[in-house]
Amino acid sequence: MTRNMTGAKMVVQALKDQGVDTVFGYPGGAVLPIYDEIFQQNDIRHILVRHEQGAVHAAEGYARSTGKVGVALVTSGPGATNAVTGLTDALLDSIPIVVISGQVPTFMIGSDAFQEADTVGITRPCTKHNWLAKDTAKLSETLHQAFHVARSGRPGPVLVDIPKDTQFASAGYTEPRAARVDHYQPQLKGDITEITELVELMEKAKRPVFYTGGGVINSGTAASQLLRELVESTDFPITSTLMGLGAYPASGKNWLGMLGMHGLYEANMAMHDCDLMINVGARFDDRITGLISAFSPKSKKAHIDIDPSSINKVIRVDVPIVGDVAHVLEDLLKVWKARGRKTNKEALQKWHAQIAEWKTVRCLDFTQEGPTIKPQYALERLEALTKDKDRYITTEVGQHQMWAAQYLGFEDPNRFMTSGGLGTMGYGFPASIGVQMAHPDGLVINVAGEASWLMNMQEMGTAVQFRLPVKQFILNNERLGMVRQWQELLHGERYSHSWSEALPDFVKLAEAFGAKGILCSDPKDLDDAIMEMINHDGPVIFDCLVEKHENCFPMIPSGKPHNEMLLGEASTQGAIEAGGAVLV
Amino acid sequence: MAALKIKKGSTSHSAYNLRPDFSDVEERHTLAVVVDNEPGVLARVVGLFSGRGYNIESLTVAEVDHTGHQSRITIVTTGTPQVIEQIKAQLGRIVPVHDVHDLTVEGPSVERELGLFKVAGEGEKRVEAMRMAEIFRANVVDTTLDSFVFEITGAPEKIDAFAELMRPLGLQEVARTGVAALSRGKL
Repeated sequence: MTRNMTGAKMVVQALKDQGVDTVFGYPGGAVLPIYDEIFQQNDIRHILVRHEQGAVHAAEGYARSTGKVGVALVTSGPGATNAVTGLTDALLDSIPIVVISGQVPTFMIGSDAFQEADTVGITRPCTKHNWLAKDTAKLSETLHQAFHVARSGRPGPVLVDIPKDTQFASAGYTEPRAARVDHYQPQLKGDITEITELVELMEKAKRPVFYTGGGVINSGTAASQLLRELVESTDFPITSTLMGLGAYPASGKNWLGMLGMHGLYEANMAMHDCDLMINVGARFDDRITGLISAFSPKSKKAHIDIDPSSINKVIRVDVPIVGDVAHVLEDLLKVWKARGRKTNKEALQKWHAQIAEWKTVRCLDFTQEGPTIKPQYALERLEALTKDKDRYITTEVGQHQMWAAQYLGFEDPNRFMTSGGLGTMGYGFPASIGVQMAHPDGLVINVAGEASWLMNMQEMGTAVQFRLPVKQFILNNERLGMVRQWQELLHGERYSHSWSEALPDFVKLAEAFGAKGILCSDPKDLDDAIMEMINHDGPVIFDCLVEKHENCFPMIPSGKPHNEMLLGEASTQGAIEAGGAVLV
Repeated sequence: MAALKIKKGSTSHSAYNLRPDFSDVEERHTLAVVVDNEPGVLARVVGLFSGRGYNIESLTVAEVDHTGHQSRITIVTTGTPQVIEQIKAQLGRIVPVHDVHDLTVEGPSVERELGLFKVAGEGEKRVEAMRMAEIFRANVVDTTLDSFVFEITGAPEKIDAFAELMRPLGLQEVARTGVAALSRGKL
């Protein structure tokens, strides 16, 4: 029998039925009935953020580190518009989140009411789907559908906008299993003919490479396991995008490191010179391809992706396989084994020898000398002192993000949370809060730059209020480092507005919030300071003063192919043409 | 002429795949998109075109199944083969979209459009307009002593041609529905 309840109660009931234990949100007039229901129950924890953008990023951090759907709750008008950046971020990185927003009552919609905004209109292009729930009788079913759409196929953000009168009215509650979701059922299994064709190419390939992405992580831990098995048994080298780090362990013997604009020399060279590229759950993003006309010119390309629109969007591929990574890899392994586990061992040996030679370039080497901490050194020490711990890393966006990807090793999926597609400064701190909520005993570190970190610094209040021991590891160069780097290389060293004057004293700032602050500027003190941060039971702001003018290398300048990387300061002179400056 | 080779299409097994790999030639395609008739669905489809920089030459939409609440959106668009494939794949991602048919490649189809033309004139011009209308099998749906409203149905080219002929004969206003299209023969 159906239970009768108010729309507000339905929201809480639907969240419970969908297995939600944590909601990140901020109350306001149009969601008061839902907050009233939250007050009267104990199954769902509500984390009060300090800004709605923080709520959505926290939900993303929660989702990325667990594989579950993250949930944020915001009010109408400004609450909803503040959620837009987070929604777009989740859309570009394919992160499953459900955002519930309040709306003015249905009879006031369109009247320019107080805190009214056309939320479904504004969020239509930045969600996978959204709904305006005008009828309480359909609300619970809509909420179940929202979860289904968020997590099915290529995951992504959805939004349900609920007018206040819908929250007050009563109707029958629809159980999750009774909700109609049959029409949105993306294809999971790949075409077996295409899979067999890929196996044939793998058997003959002389210079194969796996190019993996966030799709492996989104497909669940089984996908990472299958990928590891496949790499192990074929002995093919593997590289990954920023989003896919951890799917294959950084300590694995076939690991090439990250590829792309700031990827490793050996990874980019392998991509350029390979004769078979197997794209598993990546999307040929422009950070990866560089100059498209010169992208991996000699290779056959296979592409496994659950989203048909990803295939042939940027790069023409020879073997397109539409399906879920785990499902396709399972079939791929089956077919490859059934055909006798063949690879071209002789050619592979030569290929590995070539890769070993590229590795001797040692593209990440740096020299730590003098009294100033190099940012690379800070991350190298952070890696050494935390890699054996139950560690989760989030980042902001910029140079520190690329250094984190280069110098930290990720052994498992769901351990590295970063804003890849949208490149959202201010993502990392709230995301670390979401991660810590999901993993109360984990060591959660946000590797940040001071400029990014300041964009959502108000979330210190959240961290302190909820006793979340998130570590804010700020590489402070008093610059917008990546902007400064581009201005140096592309704009004649005219540093237009790429430094911050009047930075706060981060130690005092931490103390003002009731947290701990640590300042470190001497390389000799770094290890002790990092240990102090790790051992402190509570949130920490770690102000690590680093070299101000360090550039991030390797770098493929915009408009250049993979084999024209800049490896260090010496190679930058005249390396970038004016044509590259129009690209981003 | 480049050798034709069967491309393995990612999204369909249509005859579109019988094309050279990289063609820069812009093609005109008529797409039929079957959608749930729910609020905002047209905005989703149109927003996709504007947001990703695709062209819309004409767009027609109406609910075609009142019990199932399904609408059929007929879109005429232009683009290179790669862009057309991308448009179809992107349309297919929209949650309330059920089916995307490319009528241009899925075999022969019929395209029809309806136009209304207000033509004002006297004397010889009025007689000439009436004679042209008869040749084009246009109906007169409204008349006064010095004006007609013609109704004409046909392929878009026919309606274009009629408009050109009416222009010197006192054409005042035109309303066109945009294209509706169906494949020929059984499904």
